[in-house]
Amino acid sequence: MVTGGLTKFAKAHPEADFRLMVKQAFDYARKDAPNLTKDRIDGTRISYFSDHFSRQLKAASMVQDYLGMNPKGSVRIEWGGATGGECFQAAYEAVASGRMDVCLAAGFETMSRVQTWKGNEFIALASDTNFDFPLGGFYTGYYALMVVRHIYEYLRRTKFAHVKDEREAQRLAIAEGSRIMSKVSVKNHLNALHNPYAQYPKRLTVEDVLRSEMISYPITREQICTMSDGAAVAVLCSEERAKEFTDRPVRVTGVGCGTDTMRLADRPFGKVPLAPHETAKDYEHLDYPGVHSFRAGRTAGLEAYRMAGITDPKHELDFIELHDAYASSEIQTYEDLGLCKYGEGYDFVESGDPFLRGIDYGFPTPNAGAIPVNPSGGLIACGHPVGATGLMQAVFAFWQLQGTIGKHYRDPALQVANARRGAIHSHAGTGSSVTVSILERGF
Amino acid sequence: MARPKTLTKFRQVQAEIERSGSAIFRDAEGRESLVILSPYAINYIHSYAEDSPFFLGLAEGRLRGSRCTSAACRFVYATPRSHCMVCGEPTEWLDLPRTGRIHSWTTCHFGSEAFLKETPYNLAMIEFDGAGSLLLARLKDAKESDLYVGMPVEARFDPKPKYSITDVWFVPAAASAPSKRAR
Repeated sequence: MVTGGLTKFAKAHPEADFRLMVKQAFDYARKDAPNLTKDRIDGTRISYFSDHFSRQLKAASMVQDYLGMNPKGSVRIEWGGATGGECFQAAYEAVASGRMDVCLAAGFETMSRVQTWKGNEFIALASDTNFDFPLGGFYTGYYALMVVRHIYEYLRRTKFAHVKDEREAQRLAIAEGSRIMSKVSVKNHLNALHNPYAQYPKRLTVEDVLRSEMISYPITREQICTMSDGAAVAVLCSEERAKEFTDRPVRVTGVGCGTDTMRLADRPFGKVPLAPHETAKDYEHLDYPGVHSFRAGRTAGLEAYRMAGITDPKHELDFIELHDAYASSEIQTYEDLGLCKYGEGYDFVESGDPFLRGIDYGFPTPNAGAIPVNPSGGLIACGHPVGATGLMQAVFAFWQLQGTIGKHYRDPALQVANARRGAIHSHAGTGSSVTVSILERGF
Repeated sequence: MARPKTLTKFRQVQAEIERSGSAIFRDAEGRESLVILSPYAINYIHSYAEDSPFFLGLAEGRLRGSRCTSAACRFVYATPRSHCMVCGEPTEWLDLPRTGRIHSWTTCHFGSEAFLKETPYNLAMIEFDGAGSLLLARLKDAKESDLYVGMPVEARFDPKPKYSITDVWFVPAAASAPSKRAR
């Protein structure tokens, strides 16, 4: 990767349509790599999630057109919430295969064109429309179903195993899980105070998060990402030519992708695909993935780690930008990505591992800096213009590895010191497809 | 003809176009964008195709899953599929038990626009003895504070079927009285 750019993510950008937003992100990327003239770009991969939101079919062709990229080759990429991550990998593949030397990956979404609850309906149409959607199709509801079971597996059966009354034990476990999930929300919103691209930076307390509106029990409003307008671009290039554009290129050393059933109800109850630091004995009594974990995320992570030669992700990665559409799914994803074992996600938050050093979150974070997760603020605070989100993560990771966060954010607080290797994670549906890419300093 | 109303808050713009069909949004830099109402409605001619026997079954008060026909597999799906996802062989229909247990649950206090008026409503993943997969359903006649993982539940059917997955729902198994929502 040799350059990237993005627009500020916002509730609405009525002054710019999707073509202009991508153009603005692209121009930012070009300004940062002045030698990247249009004639040196061989082709594009363009991503957006929903034709419903754009109310314009073949909108990617209009982006290609507006950027003046015709008649170069281009393909539209769509893979639900993982659309941006998939677009990044499609551009990687275009270059790695030798088909292109320089490929532009560009993504966008304009979600403000409908009211919030209609937007939720469009998103829910990305669930089975025979069996799931008509029940009250609502993604927060689906993620609530998953986290209630996750809490049952990993808090009810451990920390609250001593409580005899079943309902009482489950209520206590959910209260504990909610308190810990709220810390993730506090972290991501607070990190974003230093990120000028973020939609909802703010200082919150755990109590603020718990007391925000109940959306789908036990998930509250502040534990959920929002809908956004925004665009992001990443330019990928062959290693031989990277120095034409920047003296600080970033190398893509691993790509992974995994999938799972469209319906939550069909998820198997099998065995865990083991990460190098786990043994079968760790999960003797665990039915996996059930509805509590993301087998697609585990599969994508293992593939990317294998390719990058990573055996101990917590210690071999310097940061992760992951798809925290919900505070609950950030915790589930720690486990899928092997930052801790399955069942240790809540303790992982309590330890402070995923927090940044040097930021006061309002509660103790003893191991802060161990492996910062979502230093940018993630989806929860940056926003989630679906087709742009995975590329936004790539841009933030690129700047982290270049050491240019201070320049691009005009604030160095979120720069992870001496970051050499990071991961980006893009996630779709109820975990029906996930991509993980590993980026490393290439200079 | 008068120019559309100029507004500086996007929320006001959304309200204004619902009212009058157009508005001008002026942002902090003074740029003006014309915003119009653009309706879009479709009636799909939707076939349940290979899933049809399930929905016809609901209308007869039958809850049907499917079972793999391969002797070596015999996987039972609580949400039916006409081919087995494990071995790829065709499945056959079978009747599921009327009673099951809550595998997981939630109460939705908000929802997609189409379901907002029905909030709050409960969703539950149901597990059945003898089935290897789950069924997602509405759970009625139970408050948020009643629900727990493992709770026994039983199926109820809409006597006036809509040929939708909502023709079946579950209630706590202890409650023997018919669902209040059943007409």
